[in-house]
Amino acid sequence: MIVADKKPVEEIIEFIKEDKKILILGCNECVTVCEAGGKKEVGILASTLRMYFLNQGKDVKIDEITLERQCDHEYLEEIRDVADTYNAIVSLACGVGVQFMAEKYNSTPIYPGVNTCFLGATEHRGLWTERCQACGNCMLAITGGICPVSRCAKRILNGPCGGSSKGKCEINSELDCAWQLIIDRLKALDRLEDYEKICPIKDWSTDRAGGPRKVVREDVQI
Amino acid sequence: MSVKTPSNLEKILSAGHLAVTSECGPPRGSDPEAVIEKANLIKDHVDVVNVTDNQTSVTRMSSLAACIHLKLMGVEPVLQMVTRDKNRIALQSEILGAASFDIFNMLCLSGDHQSFGDCPQGQNVHDLDSMQLIQTVRMMRDEGKFLGGADIKRPPKLFVGAAANPFADPFEIRVPRLAKKIACGAEFIQTQCIYNVDKFEEWMKLVCDRGLHEQTYILAGVTPLKSAGMAKFMKNRVPGMDVPDDVIKRMAGTPKEKQPEEGINICIETIERLKSVEGVKGFHIMAIEWEEKVPGIVERAGLYPRPKID
Repeated sequence: MIVADKKPVEEIIEFIKEDKKILILGCNECVTVCEAGGKKEVGILASTLRMYFLNQGKDVKIDEITLERQCDHEYLEEIRDVADTYNAIVSLACGVGVQFMAEKYNSTPIYPGVNTCFLGATEHRGLWTERCQACGNCMLAITGGICPVSRCAKRILNGPCGGSSKGKCEINSELDCAWQLIIDRLKALDRLEDYEKICPIKDWSTDRAGGPRKVVREDVQI
Repeated sequence: MSVKTPSNLEKILSAGHLAVTSECGPPRGSDPEAVIEKANLIKDHVDVVNVTDNQTSVTRMSSLAACIHLKLMGVEPVLQMVTRDKNRIALQSEILGAASFDIFNMLCLSGDHQSFGDCPQGQNVHDLDSMQLIQTVRMMRDEGKFLGGADIKRPPKLFVGAAANPFADPFEIRVPRLAKKIACGAEFIQTQCIYNVDKFEEWMKLVCDRGLHEQTYILAGVTPLKSAGMAKFMKNRVPGMDVPDDVIKRMAGTPKEKQPEEGINICIETIERLKSVEGVKGFHIMAIEWEEKVPGIVERAGLYPRPKID
């Protein structure tokens, strides 16, 4: 899933402090799972802002809506009738949702309420970690199912570097060395001899390097 | 191994001499004298001088520019190049630039992570990794082609090296990793600083068991310790460094004013012991901001005068 983290409320206040009618718009997907932008967080942010404006002696109306998704036209259409009535919308969706909103509701200012961080997984409640950088050319088949692109601090495809120490990365003694994990996994699979296969120079044109990407599937288009 | 480049380092190694290399870190400024002074301290006692590439991710004068200063004063440089800061266009371009000044040696590295340096908020590149950089420069030299497939007019003539750290983890893949670098085309290897000689010997034995010592020239890395504090810092704070407790004890048990001398003694003893280790073809003496000590170390280790080969 896409993992996001809450923006500091002070930063959000800076966006909207002059507005009179504000919508806090949550998303029921990834940001709900990572507890950054679901219905619960919409409620908390709305309450915080109401208190802020009250303290400022300002009469500001703050509404709360949480959509099923902010990255699909049909769900965004649900606020078609009301979107224009707000001076500002704070979207707690990932950067995709914020942008999709902005494209759809051209005349209403949309502000991000979260920082979109990475594609990751829930290790346990309150801890999410990165697993994928969407390079567009998955190489997990040759690295024992552990991704060096997203999990090695240097994206080294023929690792580990000389900084791997006791299974940890040189940049942080709490961060697993991806290549230690790869080697451990190859060993568990009885495929350690695969370690000596040289990973060729990668085609990064499917990564962000190739410019904004799209997936076109004519077979499923209506 | 037959000689493939005009590199003095390659010639000395090929002739069967123990090679001596050292290094010179470019300054945090644009004064060429800083490079020239360091090189003057060591030039008569070493075969070639490595020039580091923004080591520890701290911004410095470019390695290529400093190499050119050395070349112009008649000292043969080893251009160090890390994959952290340049994509494949810039790496190939830099290789051509070096070749245009008849720089004949290059060391391919990934480089420390930028979080250690003065620009922790910067991007890193790592379009290629160090092994792929070895492959790239060998292709440019041997096939005369760019990565894109086009022919190179006057291909580079670079003797290609890589680093090896026998002390990093996991130990079991440290020899296979060397084998990969050799398979990619590494013709010489400069190792991480050796303080744990027992562990280095264990690694070298495995290297020799696989016959890898006959496929590349391995130069053992040494760094004289200036103080007990430096020994502890290296042990605890430098990634991938193995400083055994007995070395730290020996330094700490020496009066402070005698510690620099003791550090040099340890360095010379290490070289003497490594001379008899099968597969060691020379020494890479990294006297960090202590270049003036290199001549004495080389002389006392019995590695002076340096051979002259035409």
